[in-house]
Amino acid sequence: MRTILHSDLNYFYANVECFLNPSIRDKPVVVCGDIESRHGIILTKNPIARRHGVKTGEAVWEAKSKCPNLVTVDAHYDQYIKFSRAVRQIYDEYSDQREDFGIDESWIDCTGSTKLFGSGETIADEIRSRIKNEMGITASIGVSYNKVFAKLGSDYAPPDSIISFTEDNYKELVWKLPVSNLLYVGRATSKKLALLGIKTIGDLANFDAEVLHRHLGVWGIVIYRFANGKDESPVKRTGESSYIKSIGNSITAPRDLISKDDIRKVLYMLSESVSARLRSSHMKCTGIQIHVRDKDLASCDRQMTIKTPTYLTNEIAEKAFEIFEKKYNFTKPVRSIGVRAINLKDANMPYQLDLFHAEEKRMRWEQLEQTIDVCRERFGYNSILKGILLEEPELTHSNIKDEHTIHPSGYFKDGKVI
Amino acid sequence: MGRKNLDMIARHSPDGHVRPLAFIWDDGNKYTVDTVMDIRKAASLKAGGFGLRFHCRIHGKEKYLFYDSDVWFMDV
Repeated sequence: MRTILHSDLNYFYANVECFLNPSIRDKPVVVCGDIESRHGIILTKNPIARRHGVKTGEAVWEAKSKCPNLVTVDAHYDQYIKFSRAVRQIYDEYSDQREDFGIDESWIDCTGSTKLFGSGETIADEIRSRIKNEMGITASIGVSYNKVFAKLGSDYAPPDSIISFTEDNYKELVWKLPVSNLLYVGRATSKKLALLGIKTIGDLANFDAEVLHRHLGVWGIVIYRFANGKDESPVKRTGESSYIKSIGNSITAPRDLISKDDIRKVLYMLSESVSARLRSSHMKCTGIQIHVRDKDLASCDRQMTIKTPTYLTNEIAEKAFEIFEKKYNFTKPVRSIGVRAINLKDANMPYQLDLFHAEEKRMRWEQLEQTIDVCRERFGYNSILKGILLEEPELTHSNIKDEHTIHPSGYFKDGKVI
Repeated sequence: MGRKNLDMIARHSPDGHVRPLAFIWDDGNKYTVDTVMDIRKAASLKAGGFGLRFHCRIHGKEKYLFYDSDVWFMDV
């Protein structure tokens, strides 16, 4: 039986900013992407701002209309990285098996450390307390025997506290939670599950696995196992760099792609998802890689660099298509294709402006795409689609982002769940 | 409530340890650190910073001095 912790730094950016500046601690505070221009988006908020109804992802003007005395702070990524590194050093004192999930979350496998440091709960509470005393910020930590329940624990626990989901209490505590809380169950999957009458994690855990498989494929089995505490995925060991290195999506199309038009449509669909995921991770890419597999299953990767860091669908899709046209020998129908954003940079770090590129137009595109993200968040992924994707819905009408989220470690091998 | 960066004279030993010796205050006076009673990683909520916290006695008074990223500071 493993002992796994999942630590989640509470409202991280806002927490760091309030710690660094004592004068704003008792005020509603938001950290924004770019408050200079009117296009600023809320990256995170503190509890006081949250109580005023301010939401992550909305525009600064919207938030200010709900909360006039809102304090807006520019993101200071160097500080967040500094705090994140220092917190991770604390984690590393308890285990060498740490897997980061973004800048403010980490799983820690303490199975081998319990003899030295005490139970999972003891270690979790010590870590929580040390983060508060040594860094001045707070964390919620979930303790369990698998990664999925540990993450549920940290989501469930109030700020600056720990919670333990054990084999004895998970049916009582975990099963009553909404199924959308389960790791990797997003809006699209929740909808599909709702159609089957599944609303809570308990409903999913007790459902017929065969029926789930029929409706959701292999994925249905994976989340069924999650709901039953049967997640066996390992917490990977501490590596040199745990930050996201690339973000990609690929698809095996429902029919072979035979024309450039087909390719372009699917590349657009994939690029939309990749760009949305880049934005939600606050990253931009400076390279694109495409992966193409033809009907004889011969595959290859081709890539090119992008001069100006981007997370815009159009730029990524056009680049992917350019790579396909220039570097791929399109002589056979294509069975599957993928787009990967590589050489990632922090979205808010300054970059050299291209004098010949229409910078203002590009900023408007960025605002447009961020607005599309908000629309999708509220009304569903398919509530707003690019015109090109309406031409052949069967080919392109997939919610790639929510339906095919990529895992930190693989759950599948050769199409089977491992 | 806030943070004050100090003009600190410190000893850096060959094994990488750092010790505060004395700091020069705004009034131009040099205040010597009599003893260091405790050293640990800690955050200062008052100063809004974290680092290595030295619990010191300076001219008979107890005070925390912090060291982070080559800067010495205290809360004021």
